[in-house]
Amino acid sequence: MSLAIRCTDLKKTYPGKPPVEAVRGIDLSVDEGACFGVLGPNGAGKTTTIEILEGLLEPTGGEVEVLGMNWRQQGPEIRQRIGISLQETQFSDKLTVRETLSLFRSFYPRGMEPEEAIARVGLDEKAGAWIKHLSGGQRQRLAIAAALVGDPALLFLDEPTTGLDPHSRRQLWEIIGDCRRQGRTTLLTTHYMEEAERLCDRVAIVDHGRIIASGPPRELISRLGGHHVVEFSLSRSEGADQPAEFWSDLPSVVSCRGEAGRVLLSVEEPHRLLPALVERLERRQWQLASLMTRHASLDDVFVMLTGRQLQQAEEEAP
Amino acid sequence: MNDRPEARSTGFSRSRPPEGGTTNTARARRHPFFCLIAARVREFCREPAAIFWVYVFPLILVVALGVAFRNQPVGGVTVAVQAGTGADHVRQILERDGRFRVSVWDADESRLRLRTGRAELMIVPPSAAEEGYAYCFDPTQANGVLARSLADELLQRAAGRRNAVAAQDHPATEPGGRYIDFLVPGLLGMGLLGGGMWGVGFAIVDMRLRKLLKRYLATPMKRSHFLAAVMASRLLFTIPEVLAVLLFARIFFGVTSQGSYLTLGLLILLGAFQFSGIGLLVASRAQTIETVSGIMNAVMLPMWIGSGIFFSTDRFPAVVQPVLSALPLTPLIHALRSVMLEGAGLLALGPQLALVLAWGIITFALALRWFRWN
Repeated sequence: MSLAIRCTDLKKTYPGKPPVEAVRGIDLSVDEGACFGVLGPNGAGKTTTIEILEGLLEPTGGEVEVLGMNWRQQGPEIRQRIGISLQETQFSDKLTVRETLSLFRSFYPRGMEPEEAIARVGLDEKAGAWIKHLSGGQRQRLAIAAALVGDPALLFLDEPTTGLDPHSRRQLWEIIGDCRRQGRTTLLTTHYMEEAERLCDRVAIVDHGRIIASGPPRELISRLGGHHVVEFSLSRSEGADQPAEFWSDLPSVVSCRGEAGRVLLSVEEPHRLLPALVERLERRQWQLASLMTRHASLDDVFVMLTGRQLQQAEEEAP
Repeated sequence: MNDRPEARSTGFSRSRPPEGGTTNTARARRHPFFCLIAARVREFCREPAAIFWVYVFPLILVVALGVAFRNQPVGGVTVAVQAGTGADHVRQILERDGRFRVSVWDADESRLRLRTGRAELMIVPPSAAEEGYAYCFDPTQANGVLARSLADELLQRAAGRRNAVAAQDHPATEPGGRYIDFLVPGLLGMGLLGGGMWGVGFAIVDMRLRKLLKRYLATPMKRSHFLAAVMASRLLFTIPEVLAVLLFARIFFGVTSQGSYLTLGLLILLGAFQFSGIGLLVASRAQTIETVSGIMNAVMLPMWIGSGIFFSTDRFPAVVQPVLSALPLTPLIHALRSVMLEGAGLLALGPQLALVLAWGIITFALALRWFRWN
């Protein structure tokens, strides 16, 4: 299978005092037709990485190949075959959806009719509306339509759903899923783990400008400790004061951690853990305040890898 | 990963209406250059504020200045006569001439009126026969000087002076010599300056801030198409803008051009090109609205004052004349006036045209070099 994107040892340092090393050696390979997710907290270097791949930024070091071509020699050819949605673009407020897409269509030697791009993102009813009258979700869908109008083989979507309500987010997932089914390669960045799990064949988790883990989401999750998470808390008693490690000897527990008065156990087989857990509680006469089991998520992976919650990581970000 | 459907090249034709699809349709694609111009024109026309500042504002200016500085026969000279013997005599003599508005006040009030500009001339009548008239006025004010001469003439005549040589007046107030005739070419030039700054400079920084420039850059769009479209749409907007001022001035003030309108049109296009270049240069690196507004003001202010929009540059001292005449707006306004007021042809305007063209080309070239897309 050939690669849509390949980059090795990508580096980007912004000059300044002190210089900011936004990207510190990233390797990526994205298969043709795949949906690849670059995940991480704000400030991890996701946007810098994607903008280098899009040919909008010069890397400080490293090699980039897009659709088998090189930005330096074949820039215009690459441009014609990729579609881009930037993190935030404010299209002209007083143009309609249709006018905006006709304009973008005119830049490409081949592509689809603006009407078709509108239909693909479900904006038919808004085709004649000024952009300033669109909601956040509709604007984001327009951004994707503008990326699709040149009929690209490769789509770059930088945080396509950030700041959207759950309903709009689900609509965008549908649209991105459709693009994949049409055989377009997609590279997207997100800081929603759930989104990456839903959409991506493979993900790379980025933190502080480096990839700290990559692979198919399911595989990452199981590799890093159990498919399931059992989360519980105890009513006020000496049991509630035990460190998380107190529970690590229960059967099937891969790892454990405490979080705001709750205990989180990564578990391979919940049906082996649960009877043992209940038995221990009964023996000590400790009371459960809450108990929940769920599939492990990429959020759990991030915490495992970095020891930080994604949210914490966001707060640290510059 | 294994459920990938059809190959990419055929992916979009499935279950699509026949007019869809990935290929170029029979309908000829419009060139991106024209699409970009169309987009700019649409945006502009849908912005009421832009319409006001570009079209209505210059007209208001023409009316306001045209009315304020309308040419009247010299008159309405206000004179304060100091009370005392002879004051009424002076008033009677002066009031026979309709140009004078005369009132009698005590000494303090007369001085106050003179100082505060409510009187242009103060006359102290002779209190004794051997004394003469005393005139108080501001020697730097043309009106004061004029009032003094006129009043003195009338008073002397009344006292018996006779003309040594016969003289006759021939009033000449033909179009072409009025302030409004002088003003219109200046306002045209000012409009072109503002248009280039706002229509090109400000608009581009705005697009940069909205990341629209970067988004365009992410397509196969040619940068030259974009910049050429911005320039071309500016030239396009200039046409109705200039026509509005010229027509308005013609209908309401009877302002016409002595020279050919073709020459005038050519000059205006050249001026619009020059200021688009300057606007582009101003916008080439600015990253915030504050920066670009500051630069725009710094560029426009010297020209508003020193390029002869409202009054002739001859009023400035000789030392600064070389600087003033090198400003981009000065040669343009000079050329516009020469055509409109004196009927000059293109050939006579060689040096001005060369200067305007040079400003346009040099700023455009520098802007291309320095332009920052994101």
